[in-house]
Amino acid sequence: MEILNAIVLFTNFVVVPALSYGSQLALGALGITLIYGILRFANFAHGDTMAFGTMIVILLTWLLQSWGISFGPLPTALLALPFAVVATAAMVLVTDRLVYAHYRRIRAPFITMTMASIGVTLVLNGVVRFIIGTDDRTFFDGERFIMKAREFKTWSGLNEGLAIKSSQALTVGVAFILVVVLFWFLNRTRTGKSMRAFSDNEDLALLSGISPRKVVAVTWIIAGGLAAIAGTLYGLDKSFGPFTYFQLVLPMFAAAIVGGVGNPLGAIVGGFVVAFSEVMLTYAYKKFATYLVPPEWAPDGLLQLLGTDYKFAVSFFILVIVLLVRPTGILRGKVI
Amino acid sequence: MLLSAENMTGGYGGMDILKSCSVGVERGEIAVIVGPNGAGKSTAMKAVLGMLDLREGAVTLDGKDITKLSPQDRIAAGMAFVPQTSNVFTGMSVRENLEMGAFLRTDDFSVTMDEIFELFPILSEKQDQLAGELSGGQRQQVAVGRALMTRPNVLLLDEPTAGVSPIVMDELFDRILEIRNKGVAVLMVEQNARQALDIADRGYVLVTGENRFTDTGQALLDNPEVRRSFLGG
Repeated sequence: MEILNAIVLFTNFVVVPALSYGSQLALGALGITLIYGILRFANFAHGDTMAFGTMIVILLTWLLQSWGISFGPLPTALLALPFAVVATAAMVLVTDRLVYAHYRRIRAPFITMTMASIGVTLVLNGVVRFIIGTDDRTFFDGERFIMKAREFKTWSGLNEGLAIKSSQALTVGVAFILVVVLFWFLNRTRTGKSMRAFSDNEDLALLSGISPRKVVAVTWIIAGGLAAIAGTLYGLDKSFGPFTYFQLVLPMFAAAIVGGVGNPLGAIVGGFVVAFSEVMLTYAYKKFATYLVPPEWAPDGLLQLLGTDYKFAVSFFILVIVLLVRPTGILRGKVI
Repeated sequence: MLLSAENMTGGYGGMDILKSCSVGVERGEIAVIVGPNGAGKSTAMKAVLGMLDLREGAVTLDGKDITKLSPQDRIAAGMAFVPQTSNVFTGMSVRENLEMGAFLRTDDFSVTMDEIFELFPILSEKQDQLAGELSGGQRQQVAVGRALMTRPNVLLLDEPTAGVSPIVMDELFDRILEIRNKGVAVLMVEQNARQALDIADRGYVLVTGENRFTDTGQALLDNPEVRRSFLGG
């Protein structure tokens, strides 16, 4: 019984939140890794691209709510999401035309493009704050839980409850479907294969008649769409704040690099590695340990390795270790 | 001639690497460009492909002037090129490499793929393996196979036998002869001059970007001066 309680406790506070956070990071990291592999620069504007997409979702959600439209038990934001995906894809395509296209034409080095993306992120962040403000916003509506802690307790007879928020289930489900579709696209379709070829060997792709314009445009559309979706899922699960999203760039980059940058499968693995490390290192194990050891051994302290304020340090730490020990990432990507 | 590049002059930046250099190849022929290091062999091939701006000279394919066309347009016009290095998509399967070779084709290319598998049986066996996991010789076969997927009239090979063992080299030359016998014009740059001239219908010896000797492969092999200066006696 005690062991079961410990497992449920751990699942409730570590596994479930980390799974959903990991899915959000994975979707973001996929966008970063696609841009890195195909456009060949580190896109620091990805966090603010997520913020832009989420902002559109929030504005549309308010509009729909004001019209009295809802999506039943599901969040209204899901109705707004397709429009936000289109708007975000359009926004990144315009950005590409205005900024990055120039640097591609003059064959600017990696670092120039990366620095340009920092400029883009500052502008985007300003635009988002200007339109929607700097406050934290929650925009979740509909049925909050698909399983409540109390219901689980009565059903199982355990002391510990297991709660699953609908936003968490939604995140994992949507991420899973998107990943399956993306891999099908990359591995089975002509356009997807041409993107992989372009990422693998640009010169040979050009010699094979693959159009760089099309590959670049499709890459932006996918990365922008994924960013809008990842941002919305994160905002539904937690909350939306322009600065929070800006900071998300760090764990997402860590995920992309840890998994093996340029390698889509690696981005997913990396997303979960970073999420589980963050959650596991900042969780207080006191109660968990109390269930497992004899009462007299029960710990006095919180058994928390790191305060949650330091969670970004975890991403940094994993990043440094991976770059030192295995610069290509867990699954072999490109060396940075 | 099917492909003819006349009086090519040009280079990167200000310096001319090619000085009035001419090469060409006829349908169903193998033409080989040989010469010492730095003679401009690979540059000549790049100029034929359009990867180098020429100050003077003209390239014609099947009677049409293609001097102004980009490399991509020349490929669409019936040329195919196998670079010396990084000539396969290492992270893609053998089959996908061939599919990418056929990217410009909108018709059914399965017949061409079968022909390539017939020419290089090992590729058929390893079609689902990543090209990056193959041996050097097998990779070269993938590279040549990828280039052949467009059913080119002219195949340009930049040192196809660089870095492979003598046995693999002989094998590759045999395959290149088979490709020629199907009516493709093959123009290649080779470091292994003696073996290459042995299978060549036409040979060009370049020195510092200029044509020094031009003759049939056999005649060049028999020429004492060529042997002394370029073939090591």
